[in-house]
Amino acid sequence: MLEDPKLQKTPLFQQHQKLGAGLAPFGGWLMPIQYQGILAEHAHTRQEASLFDICHMGEFMIKADPVSSGLDRLVTQEIVSMPFGSCRYGFLLNNEAGILDDLIVYRIGLSDWMVVVNAATVSGDFRHLKENLSGGSVLEDVSGRMAKLDLQGPRSREVLEGIVGARAGELKYYTFSEFKIFGSQSCIVSRTGYTGELGYEIYIAVNYAERLWETLLSGGIAKPAGLGCRDTLRLEMGYPLYGHDLDEKHTPLDAGLLKFVDFSKDFIGRDALEKEQREGARESLICFQADSRRSPRHGFTISDGGRPVGRVTSGSFSPSLGTGIGMGYAAGNYDPGALLSVGDGKLEIPVRVVKRPFLKKTSLNGIGVK
Amino acid sequence: MDILKDLFYTKDHEWARIEGNSAYVGITEYAAHSLGDITFVELPKPGEALKQESYCATVESVKAASEVYAPFSGKVISVNSQLSSNPELVNQSPYDKGYFFLMELSDPAEKARLMDAESYRKYTEGLSK
Repeated sequence: MLEDPKLQKTPLFQQHQKLGAGLAPFGGWLMPIQYQGILAEHAHTRQEASLFDICHMGEFMIKADPVSSGLDRLVTQEIVSMPFGSCRYGFLLNNEAGILDDLIVYRIGLSDWMVVVNAATVSGDFRHLKENLSGGSVLEDVSGRMAKLDLQGPRSREVLEGIVGARAGELKYYTFSEFKIFGSQSCIVSRTGYTGELGYEIYIAVNYAERLWETLLSGGIAKPAGLGCRDTLRLEMGYPLYGHDLDEKHTPLDAGLLKFVDFSKDFIGRDALEKEQREGARESLICFQADSRRSPRHGFTISDGGRPVGRVTSGSFSPSLGTGIGMGYAAGNYDPGALLSVGDGKLEIPVRVVKRPFLKKTSLNGIGVK
Repeated sequence: MDILKDLFYTKDHEWARIEGNSAYVGITEYAAHSLGDITFVELPKPGEALKQESYCATVESVKAASEVYAPFSGKVISVNSQLSSNPELVNQSPYDKGYFFLMELSDPAEKARLMDAESYRKYTEGLSK
């Protein structure tokens, strides 16, 4: 597996080997799953700060007028009104309103954009954008040149300020700015993340990735964390993972994520989405919590009184709650409190439908954080 | 990776410490380490009859669930009740505080199907190559 030449390696691969990380394939990349252990890294992120290698994710740079180029029509969120230096989360849909990807749009200037997409969908997204952007616009896949390091946790601001400067600490949620580090090297820092904690995502040229990684870890506050705890952290927040909880077979309505869809403007998939709204969603993404430490797993059947009603798309043990938690698509309306079960035929775990997020109190809004 | 000298081992990474006509049973440090942080253990019930190499318990880690097979045939005498609230004992102390259960052996000669420490060490070295 480690020798599989088809798997890509991030610029931080040697750092991971040095740290003795457990590595596994993810989205076509050989990625660190854990260093000290998923539970320890999860707790350190919730209580202190963690550093994640997220270089596998894709970045596109776009030069385009948002309206005449068709860029605004490509994304479910309205981007025309975005202030410079702000980020917006949305979806790329196909004509049937199926989700091609979830992404974050960064507005750098009047016609300058950065779009951050999932690793496994880079080439498909690029093709979709290329086909739908007008000839005058410039679309460039810079994923291979750009490293992405996520610094997340209640003490992430303290760590970031020590290295990038106090101005970085002033970033508001879902905004970004360019900073100089290591003398004249520029990097983009956004106050965004996938853990539910106060946190930042840092973009820098790949040849500076190792230096930034080592510098951020050098103070001893932030520790390396792998994709294993990134998954438990995001699941506790009810954040969907593309390829599991979101896919082309499901729409933002099915996924309960219409708040990231702006019906005041046109977008690809709008007609199909409005039709589905009129007719009602076939199935809906629900969140559920087990009554024990047993973990729902991806692929388990969701049952209502013994009758199969859906499938688990994400499931794990929740380190913060001490029980199993999960998400999945179910046909029918299940309000919080509804009792269901999930299982694989051999095992049946009683679960209760809950509202997302599973974990209510975190440092995400920065309150009470140094 | 710790492998204790006086125990017997299976190729599925269970260990057995024979004491007279009974044995303590658990999973090896190799198994606990490859599973990662263990979050749940389902144990057999005292009195339950087990068959060598048949299912007897489940361990869940953050990543996945795995089945555990009985190293011997016989009846379960008692189980390690600590594991229901502290499954991490399996990671912390796989050969001692993190044992799974104590069982009565119906046929101690089944030992012949198990590995000693030296064979198990070689076996795990082969797996990591």
